[in-house]
Amino acid sequence: MTPPASIAIAEAGPAPTRERPPASVYGPFAWVRANLFNGIFSTIVTLVLGVAIAWALYGFLKWGVANAIWSVPTTATGALDPTACRAAHGTGACWAAINDKWRFMLFGRFPYDQQWRAGICIALFIGLFYVSSDRRFWRKELAYIWAATLAVIFTLMWGGVFGLSYVPQDEWGGLPITLILATFGLALAFPLSVLVALGRRSTALPAVKTLCIVYVELIRGVPLIALLFMANVMFPLFMPVGLNPDKLLRAQVAIILFAAAYLAEVVRGGLQALPKGQAEAADALGLTYWQKTLKITLPQALRLVIPPLVNTFIGFFKDTSLVLTIGILDLLTASKTAMADPVWQGVSTEIYIVVAMVYVAFCYTMSSYSRSIERKLDRARNR
Amino acid sequence: MSSAAIDPRLANARAAPKRGLRLSWSDPMFRNIVWQVLIVGLVVAVVWYLVANTQHNLEVRRIATGLGFLSNTAGIPIAETLIPYDPAVNTWGRAVIEGILNTFKVAVVGIILSTILGTLIGIGRLSKNWLVAKVTSVYVETLRDIPVLLQLLFWYGLLQALPGPREFRGSTSWIFISNRGLKLPILVWEPAHWWALGACVLGLILTMAWNATANRRRDATGVKPPVWPAALLLMAGFPALVWASLGAPHEIDFPALKGFNFAGGGTITPEYFALLLGLTLYTAAYIAEIVRSGIQAVPKGQWEAAAAIGLHPGAVLKLIVLPQALRVIIPPMTSQFLNLTKNSSLAVAIGFQDVVSISGTMLNQTGQAIEGVGIIMAVFLAFSLSISLFMNWYNARIALVER
Repeated sequence: MTPPASIAIAEAGPAPTRERPPASVYGPFAWVRANLFNGIFSTIVTLVLGVAIAWALYGFLKWGVANAIWSVPTTATGALDPTACRAAHGTGACWAAINDKWRFMLFGRFPYDQQWRAGICIALFIGLFYVSSDRRFWRKELAYIWAATLAVIFTLMWGGVFGLSYVPQDEWGGLPITLILATFGLALAFPLSVLVALGRRSTALPAVKTLCIVYVELIRGVPLIALLFMANVMFPLFMPVGLNPDKLLRAQVAIILFAAAYLAEVVRGGLQALPKGQAEAADALGLTYWQKTLKITLPQALRLVIPPLVNTFIGFFKDTSLVLTIGILDLLTASKTAMADPVWQGVSTEIYIVVAMVYVAFCYTMSSYSRSIERKLDRARNR
Repeated sequence: MSSAAIDPRLANARAAPKRGLRLSWSDPMFRNIVWQVLIVGLVVAVVWYLVANTQHNLEVRRIATGLGFLSNTAGIPIAETLIPYDPAVNTWGRAVIEGILNTFKVAVVGIILSTILGTLIGIGRLSKNWLVAKVTSVYVETLRDIPVLLQLLFWYGLLQALPGPREFRGSTSWIFISNRGLKLPILVWEPAHWWALGACVLGLILTMAWNATANRRRDATGVKPPVWPAALLLMAGFPALVWASLGAPHEIDFPALKGFNFAGGGTITPEYFALLLGLTLYTAAYIAEIVRSGIQAVPKGQWEAAAAIGLHPGAVLKLIVLPQALRVIIPPMTSQFLNLTKNSSLAVAIGFQDVVSISGTMLNQTGQAIEGVGIIMAVFLAFSLSISLFMNWYNARIALVER
C-alpha cells in the first residue's frame, strides 16, 4: 500500500552545516590529552616531571637492581667477604648486608635460637590489630581478647615458664619492642585519656578541670624527647631508694603519659561534637553522671573519633622510634646498631630503606583502614 | 514603656529558693566538693611523695639543686654558633643560649620553607594534570608514613657519604658540596649593609602606607593608582642609593681549599642541612594535606559565583577562595608549626647542637638532671606558647566577622 499523497516526505534540502562530531571523549588518547597535555603549561609540566621521574627511576633501578650485590661469598674461615660490596659502594646497593643482618634488625639481641618466639609475638600483634579492626568484634569480649593476647605475648617474650628459657628484658629488641611500646602505650593511655577528657569537660569540678588542662597543655607543649629524657634521668630520682624500674618500663611510662594527653584532646573533640541534646535527654531521664557518660555520650563520641584515633595511633607508632635517643633497641635503633658492624661499613642507605619500608607497610595499612572506616561511618551518618 | 505593661505577677515574684550547702551525700554540690578535695588531695600527695623521694635521692648523691651551675664555665665545644662563644671562657648559661638560638634557627627557617613547599604540593594534589596529582599524592602518602627520625638519619647518612674536601683539589668552583657541608661565597658584612637593610625596611613600611592610600583613593574614585613603581623605588632604589652613598662596599668572601679543609666563605653544616631538609620535607607533607582540605572546603559555588561576576582567576583566588580557605587552614597549620619546632629536638640524634642536645650534655656533665630537663621544657613551652599566641592573633584577624 502506497502512502497517501498528503503525507509529503520531508524534502532533503541542502544538508544543514552539521557540527563536527566531538573529538573522541573516550579512549586512552582523549584521556591523555585531557589529563596530561591540557594546554601549554600542563604539557611543559608533564614533560619536565616525566623526564625527572624517568631519570630518578632509572638511577634507582641501576643502583638498586642492576648494579646491586645480592649475596657475597664466604671466606675460608666462615666469615662473609664484603669485598664485592665495598667495590660497588656508591654505584650499586649492597642487599647482601640485609640478607646477613635482617634477623638482628627484626629481633635485636634476642637469643638466636629463641627468635621464633619474638616472631610469633609480631604475628600475634598483627593478628590483634586485624581482629580489632573488624567492626563485628567491637564488643566487650574484645577487651578480654586484648588482655589474653598481651599476656601470651609477655609470656613468650620473657619465658621462664612452660619450658621456655628466660630472656631478660635488656636482650629484647627490634620490631617487638616497637610494637610493645606503641600498643601498650595506646592500651594504657586510652582509659587515662578518657578520664582526662571528661575532667576537662566537667563544669561541676573546676579544680579537676584545671588539673586536666595543666596536664594536657604541659605535655603537648614539650617534645617527646624531653619526656623520654625525663623518664631516663629523672625517673630514678623520683623513686624510693632501691626501686629502679628498667629502661623499657620508664620509656613506656613516658610514652603513656605523652599519648594520653594527645588522645584526651581527640576524645574531647568527639565529646564536643556530640549534640547537646543527648546529654540533656539523659539528664532528663534522671540518669546519674556515670550512667549518662558510659551509656549515652561516650559511646557516641568515641564512634565519632575513630578515624582521628587511628591517625593518632599512627603518629605514636612512628614516635616510638624516638627511644633511639635513650638507647632502647627498637626497630630503628637495632637497624642502626646493625649498621655499625665493621663488615658492612658504609652500608646505611640500604638499611634505612628497608626499615622505612617496614614502617610504611604498617602505617599505610592503618591509614587506609582509617579512611575506609571514615567512609563507612559517613555513609551511615549521611543516610 | 510604662510599668503597667509589665506582667503584674512579675512585680513581686518569688526569689528562687536559696540553696545552702547541706552536709549530705544527696547534695550534689557537697558531693562535688568532696570529690574535688579527694582528687586534688591524691594528686598533691603523689607529687609530694615524689618530691620527698627526689630530695632524699639528691642528698644521697650529694647533688646541689639550683641554677647556680649555669654560671660555671661550660668547656664544651659548640660547632655552630650565632653569637660568639668560647668554651674556655663562656658559661653553661651562654651555651644554653647558643642552643636556644640554634633551635630557633632551624624552627624559623623550617617553618617558612615547609609552608612554601607544602602549599605547592597541596595545590599540586588538586591539579588537573594527572601526573602532578599522582606524584604529589605519592609524596604525601610516603613521607607521612616514615618516622621523621628515620628520615633525618637517612639524609644525614647521604650527606656524610659525599666526597671529602681533598676530592676538590684543583677545583676552581665557587660552591663546594662535600661531607663538610655546603660552602658558598658570602658578602663581607659591613655597616653600610646594615644601613641598606634598614632603608629597605623603611621602604617596605612606606610602600605599605602608599598602598593603603591607594586603596582609599580607589574606594573614593574607583581607580587604583599603580603601586608597583613606588614599591620598586622605595624598596630597591632607596636602599641601593644608601648603599652607594656609603661607598658601595662589595667584597665577597670565596671559599677555597686550604690544606685538608676549606677556608673562607659561608658554611651550611651537614648536620643543619640534614635537619632542615628532613623536617621541611616531612612537615610539608602534612601541610600539603591541610592546604588541600582547606581549598576543598570552599564550596564550588563560591568559585562559580566569583567567575560569574567577572573576577579574573587571580582575584577569585585572592579575594574569594583564600580568605575562606585560610579559616580552615590556620588552626591545623598552627599545630604543624608547633610539631616542627618540637621535632627539631631530634637534632640530638644527628649531632646538631640545639637546646636539647646542649642541655643533655650539660645534664650528663654536671649531674643537674632536674634543672637540665626543666630548661628544655621551659624553652619549648615558651616556643609553643608564643607560636600559638601569634597564630591565635592571626586567626582572630582573619576570622569570620559575624553580626
